[in-house]
Amino acid sequence: MNVHEYQAKALFREYGVAVPAGEVATTPAEAEAAARSLGTPVTVVKAQVHAGGRGKGGGVKLAKSTGEAKQHASDILGMTLVTHQTGPEGKLVRKVYVEAGSAIARELYLALTFDRGSESFAIIASTEGGMDIEEVAASTPEKIHTEFVDALAGIQGYQIRKIARALELDPGQGKKLEAFLRGLFALYLEKDASLVEINPLVVTEEGDLLALDGKLNFDDNALYRHPEIAALRDPDEEDPRERAAAEIDLAYVGLDGSIGCMVNGAGLAMATLDQITASGGSPANFLDAGGGADKEKVKEAFKLILRDDKVKAILVNIFGGIVRCDLIAEGVVAAADELSVGVPLVVRLQGTNAEEGRQILADSNLDITPAETFREAAEKAVAAVQEGQ
Amino acid sequence: MAILANRDTKLLVQGLGRMGQFHAKLSAEYGTQVVAGVHPGRGGQTIEGLPVFETVGEAVAETGANASVIFVPPPGAADAILEAADAELDLVCCITEGIPVLDMARAKRALVTSGSRTRLVGPNCPGVVVPEQCRIGIMPAQITKPGPVGVVSRSGTLTYEAVDQLSRLGIGQSTCLGIGGDPVIGTNFTDALELFEADPDTQAVVMIGEIGGSAEEAAAAYVRDHMSKPVAAFIAGQNAPAGKRMGHAGAIIAGGKGAASDKMAALTEAGVAVAASPAEIGETLKAHAKL
Repeated sequence: MNVHEYQAKALFREYGVAVPAGEVATTPAEAEAAARSLGTPVTVVKAQVHAGGRGKGGGVKLAKSTGEAKQHASDILGMTLVTHQTGPEGKLVRKVYVEAGSAIARELYLALTFDRGSESFAIIASTEGGMDIEEVAASTPEKIHTEFVDALAGIQGYQIRKIARALELDPGQGKKLEAFLRGLFALYLEKDASLVEINPLVVTEEGDLLALDGKLNFDDNALYRHPEIAALRDPDEEDPRERAAAEIDLAYVGLDGSIGCMVNGAGLAMATLDQITASGGSPANFLDAGGGADKEKVKEAFKLILRDDKVKAILVNIFGGIVRCDLIAEGVVAAADELSVGVPLVVRLQGTNAEEGRQILADSNLDITPAETFREAAEKAVAAVQEGQ
Repeated sequence: MAILANRDTKLLVQGLGRMGQFHAKLSAEYGTQVVAGVHPGRGGQTIEGLPVFETVGEAVAETGANASVIFVPPPGAADAILEAADAELDLVCCITEGIPVLDMARAKRALVTSGSRTRLVGPNCPGVVVPEQCRIGIMPAQITKPGPVGVVSRSGTLTYEAVDQLSRLGIGQSTCLGIGGDPVIGTNFTDALELFEADPDTQAVVMIGEIGGSAEEAAAAYVRDHMSKPVAAFIAGQNAPAGKRMGHAGAIIAGGKGAASDKMAALTEAGVAVAASPAEIGETLKAHAKL
């Protein structure tokens, strides 16, 4: 789960990680009041959306007066911000964060995440802050320092000193980095974060360290033990179809093609997209109905698929292990019966109770195309779309 | 002989909820020696004909169990894994999906640093089937058939698909193993390939990978440097969009890394026959291994 910058910074503050003073605002008047109460000669008005690259897209502006802060907020609030991370459709800005301006001497990069390869935490630090870190990694990899932290031993003092050296900090700043990193690490562990990224981490003219930006992701599987983090979820930032799917415990990712897919299991669901493409078609979505798929869930999945009007055929691909094919078949029949499906339906059932499932489909007298193998199923769905055109 | 399990394996079940009970019964019906259940608070009871114990240690002492399958819900799953290791079982398969990464990172590290002799498979995996000998986990064992091919996969249902394709071609399996789709797992592709390479009953291997991480690249290096047996592979997620979590916590292409095309190239370079589409997994293995 992703949170906004202002929420990340509130958590940073709680853990003793230095951030500039700031207030969130939803109207230009609130932004003006925030700038006044901050009282600094310069404030920064920043669009709050779950995407990077906000500055380049015109979502971050410097204000030299409270009036200017109000004007910027009025420009930014309600705008559709397009960045390299939002996709071409962009994101509607509903909130701004008004922050005290800082006198910046240097811009650095700092991130903390879990590294699957070494099964330990990785702290990534670079002197090249304020830039796209992927670009730095590609063009000047020697400017990226990675420190691996043992999952049981935790972060050690020598590691912090190595990072301070890599960031070319003086000993006084090194002390500040220690507090900074220990705070971030504690936040990461106590709240089950999956990524902390600070870009830029700045050294101010006064020699202080400040997190000028903040990105925080959390492990969805651990939200059950952090209700205060789960409460930070902003439904406006999520794809409405993906949100609807999550509410009924389905994994759904919208794509651009014409064949709606309902599959059980993430691997088979991904492979179904691959097989449709290999057979000359294009998938409209990824949908994993999960291990507990039953009649009700199948109906809900159909509703979700049919919300997408690009869908010209539906392919159901089920390999029953835990899932029983007869229950899936009942769900398909109920969905086809009760919802006006209106597009060709290809169903392939294999595994647990597949024979019973096929019989239920055959007995229903509904217009359902059965398929035996994976390839046959994909080819029939692709053919159904072509015939409809 | 197969890998990891056989007809002599004595299995205990940790977590006898609805799912644990259901699969304990299916495994027993398949011929697996299911000897005990462990369910704190229900020790001393008998559930589905199984004697239930408070701790794994007691279950082992009373029944001689040497393997465990875990159906414990996510908050207690890492604890269940470490308890099985503490009882020095040979094998523990953790089926549980949705364990927090931090819990697994610590549990895995604890297993490694303590020099545990227990092999962990999973979590978030379908388990292990040795055809006609032993079923541990949730696989539909009826689609398997005894034979010379080892199957190892990060996915559940896609494992079944691969096994089904092999069986339909008349090619049986030595062992079918799902290693799980989470970021931290006990047994990775390289471990599984090493076991299959050493197993006299295995003549060829099918490996099913997916986008995310770099386990397939590591496996490719292992095949290139250490494997004499033919390997065929498929990588799921060739058409997945970058940055999206595709159901499995591990299946995400992050920062341009972990793409299917990179993995397929690494495997091809290592001499692995890579199936272009998922419908061709069985045929690809058949042609490559000349079975």
